[in-house]
Amino acid sequence: MNDVLDVALRLIVVFAVFLVLPLVVGQTEHKVMAHMQGRLGPMYAGGFHGWAQLVADGVKFAQKEDIVPAGADRRIFQLAPAVALLPYLLVLVAVPIGPGEGAVGQVIDAGLFFVLAVMGVGVLGSLMAGWASANKFSLLGGLRTAAQLLAYELPMLLAAASVAMAAGTVSLPGIVEAFEWWWLPWQIVGGLVFFTAGLAELQRPPFDMPVADSEIIFGAYTEYTGLRFALFLLAEYAGIVVLCALTTVLFLGGWHGPFGADGLGWVWTLLKTAILAFVVIWLRVSYPRLREDQLQKLAWTTLIPLALAQIALTGIVKVAIQ
Amino acid sequence: MLTAHLAAAAQGPGFLSPTGVEIAFVLVGLATLGAAVITVNTKQLVHAALWLVVALGGIAVEYLLLTAEFIAWVQVLIYLGSVVVLLLFGLMLTKAPIGRSPDADSNNRWVALGVASVAAAALVWVVVDAFRTTWIDLDGPAQGSTKVSGEILFQHWVLPFEALSVLLLAALIGAIVLSRKDDAPTADGAAPAGQAATAATAAPDESKGQR
Repeated sequence: MNDVLDVALRLIVVFAVFLVLPLVVGQTEHKVMAHMQGRLGPMYAGGFHGWAQLVADGVKFAQKEDIVPAGADRRIFQLAPAVALLPYLLVLVAVPIGPGEGAVGQVIDAGLFFVLAVMGVGVLGSLMAGWASANKFSLLGGLRTAAQLLAYELPMLLAAASVAMAAGTVSLPGIVEAFEWWWLPWQIVGGLVFFTAGLAELQRPPFDMPVADSEIIFGAYTEYTGLRFALFLLAEYAGIVVLCALTTVLFLGGWHGPFGADGLGWVWTLLKTAILAFVVIWLRVSYPRLREDQLQKLAWTTLIPLALAQIALTGIVKVAIQ
Repeated sequence: MLTAHLAAAAQGPGFLSPTGVEIAFVLVGLATLGAAVITVNTKQLVHAALWLVVALGGIAVEYLLLTAEFIAWVQVLIYLGSVVVLLLFGLMLTKAPIGRSPDADSNNRWVALGVASVAAAALVWVVVDAFRTTWIDLDGPAQGSTKVSGEILFQHWVLPFEALSVLLLAALIGAIVLSRKDDAPTADGAAPAGQAATAATAAPDESKGQR
């Protein structure tokens, strides 16, 4: 009975984190973008700096009519947001935020494989949405999504493989356990490749060609309204949280920090994740969108060779220090 | 000989008092089988691809139930995350109407059923004959963990593993060669036309994004 209670409690905590952190990232994005671009934005809802605007947006989404286009494939159209969102919830279960058994939803033996595999499944949601909408812009968006995923999945896996080689394990807590400060310069290229490829997989700017509003309206999500559209947005923010947390765990040492090793590990994890999330928002505000051919070129001619070079470097150093 | 096997089978855990894992295994297996049958029977092309997701996911769950965790995640990563996405990509790129696609039926239903039955019978026979009355102890240490899989793969199966990787490399190079149009200049000045054709039908792997 105790075990059941333990598992239930862990799942509830992970679910709460899943509901809260993406919204925090969303709110931060509103405010950071407003400051960086010198726009005020909505400042009245709730009083101080318009903090309640996100709540108001949520209420607005919930009130909107849920429309399914007449020509759409009804069931797949309605199922797509769930398929896009759920994988990120599953991934969060495996991400450790502190040392020990208590600070991870569920210790998974092949955690690294688990998170990468499940994250890749989320794209099926976008593909289903793009196809089932019966809209040419949606279909184009879906195609671009698929092309982007196929191109960036490989460098992401290779970069992750490099860190797994360095740690000698594919378990996420095991990788953080094995982390030393000098891994930072050693794995820096892999880290950059991983983060960039992850951004592309989330379709965040500057890799937002699949939802380029000046060309194809909003890509695969063009026909969505109300709550289902909100779910896609939530999936994007949950994706940011997952990507930043994973980069933290794999390349930035997770709960390790210069001080406060006992009991404060989770603060380090959250702090690093938050800084990376800020970088994601910063990139959105400051970088122009890459053209589709530039996107593919970056993946195949820059990121993959860099990731392979990182793997070679990791192997050489690993053999040298043993 | 048969009686000897039956006697050996009787030594193992019985068939009449299944554990929870065994019941789950059978149920997931049935669901997977159902999804696979729908995959080949549905009249809607994209639905077939999506049912394939269910079938492949069901197989991943079966691996998990047999404690082969690493294999399960690789199944999800490769089949669900890449192969099905590639399949959907190809479908959307060529022909993926919403609703039925009557011209997708090749009228080979019975031949296909025959081939599938023979293949299934061969596989079942091989597996049954190879394992006979072996039982996996699901309660003990995981036998399909990453460490165990890695050790078995790189100690006992290194040669097949390397041979397979060479085979895959050959297939990769072959695909590139096949999809490349050679635009060597010919006598009657067909080079410009050849180049145009190359630009239009460049290697699929490389031209994904150029549309």
